[in-house]
Amino acid sequence: MSGSALDSTHRTIERVARESYGRLVAYLSSHTRDVASAEDALSNALVAALKVWPRDGVPQNPEAWLLTTARHSFIDLVRHQQVAVASEPTLQLLREEHEVTLSREFPDDRLKLLFVCAHPAIDPAMHTPLMLQTVLGLDAARIAGAFLVSPKTMGQRLVRAKTKIRDGGIQFEVPQERELPQRLDAVLEAIYAAFGIGWDDMAGADQPGRDLAEEAIWLARVLLQLLPDKAEVRGLLALMLHCEARRGARRTPDGRYVPLSNQDTKQWSLPLIDEAERHLTEAFSQGRSGRFQLEAAIQSVHAERARTGRIDWAAIAVFYEQLVRISPTLGTRTGYAAAIAEARGPEAGLAVLDGIDPDDISAYQPYWAVRAHLLRRLGKSSEADGAFDRAIGLAEDPAVRDFLLQKRGNP
Amino acid sequence: MQFALLVYESPDAFAARKSDGTDPYTGAWRAYHKSLAESGAYLGGDPLEVPETGTTVRIKEGKRRVQDGPFADTKEQLGGFIILDLPSIDAALDWAARCPAASAGVVEVRPLAPAAKGRITG
Repeated sequence: MSGSALDSTHRTIERVARESYGRLVAYLSSHTRDVASAEDALSNALVAALKVWPRDGVPQNPEAWLLTTARHSFIDLVRHQQVAVASEPTLQLLREEHEVTLSREFPDDRLKLLFVCAHPAIDPAMHTPLMLQTVLGLDAARIAGAFLVSPKTMGQRLVRAKTKIRDGGIQFEVPQERELPQRLDAVLEAIYAAFGIGWDDMAGADQPGRDLAEEAIWLARVLLQLLPDKAEVRGLLALMLHCEARRGARRTPDGRYVPLSNQDTKQWSLPLIDEAERHLTEAFSQGRSGRFQLEAAIQSVHAERARTGRIDWAAIAVFYEQLVRISPTLGTRTGYAAAIAEARGPEAGLAVLDGIDPDDISAYQPYWAVRAHLLRRLGKSSEADGAFDRAIGLAEDPAVRDFLLQKRGNP
Repeated sequence: MQFALLVYESPDAFAARKSDGTDPYTGAWRAYHKSLAESGAYLGGDPLEVPETGTTVRIKEGKRRVQDGPFADTKEQLGGFIILDLPSIDAALDWAARCPAASAGVVEVRPLAPAAKGRITG
């Protein structure tokens, strides 16, 4: 096989792995709840594909090939483990299904897998890492980098979480209507956390961070496909698409940070903004508001600037007010303060900031950045300098740090 | 728990020490130090003189071997250390990520070893 044909086979394997990973893991693990073995089996199948496909050609139905190969490996793995869940009837079931599913589509259990990853019995801090690994196939080292923990620690935490899924009686099922809203919130939070990490890490050069934001959008699209009538799923997708639309405008060509209200709107992606707006309109028409729809609505007002040339801060403040009522996090309260300051003046914004418990903000960078900006506008220069120092000292992104240093001026 | 942040800096970062103190790198360190101090985690620390001022000593076959320069021949060199008191390694890694040296050099986080110290000091 020639070099370019080999490359194309490898690209096919990569593409099939990306598109089918979650479906195959979900399907293989839904009976035994043994996610770790399902992943091992799938990675064995991918290794086999790398060996066989370049030699024999890509099979007509690559996904079915991977499923067959993974299932052989999975049955071996589960049998060798000799754990309680791997009962003979389960294995029998797997073998029987093996016979029939080769010829037809196998069910998409990814929704169940998403709910398992964000199950209330699992440490909330592990919801996003579990999703990134089991649904998207990201390796522990990459997840560890994004979450700023050591790869070894992240690996151990993932193993512990999967053991809990297998042995802790967590069911592979879509929750009943009654508990669905709350369970869905956890899934949405976990997807948004992946996006936020991708976003924060996007220091221009940081490629892994960038990918993670794209993975989060991918996850939201999968979820929307599975739950098309849930307004908050559309809200989350709209929010992320609005942010994604501005990616190119967030830095100057030489890498300097540009705050949202100074971004060149000509560099925003209109197709992404249009798509975000369509989802948001559809979500609002379903008549049930929620946190992600409100956040998307705020971004939608910012996006209006591309058309009108101005920012309707009063509208943003109203959306933030509702948002703080249902989700009074440090982030929403800081955003509310910034919006109020623009709509009603810096004193009003500062009053909102003063209402936040000082213990909560000692390491929260955006609070100090907004505070510095408002104090500066009020002419309180020495207090402003102190707040600028806190914001600079807490900044991780060198471009943001340089931007703030420049605004602060020399001591 | 106590942690050491071992700060490895690039040649450019060492060069910034010769400035009048208004350069962005020094400004970032000033702000970083202030944030650390106000967070209550800061126990101590110091910058080290530039690597060329180092001298290494070892005894080999009973003889003193003395060399000019730092021990390791790497691009980034140990430029200082910070001792922090924090609830977890996660918090220590957060502070390491905020360190101005992390974007041009490298910051190593190591827990202090009180048990090893106890065996020595009794």
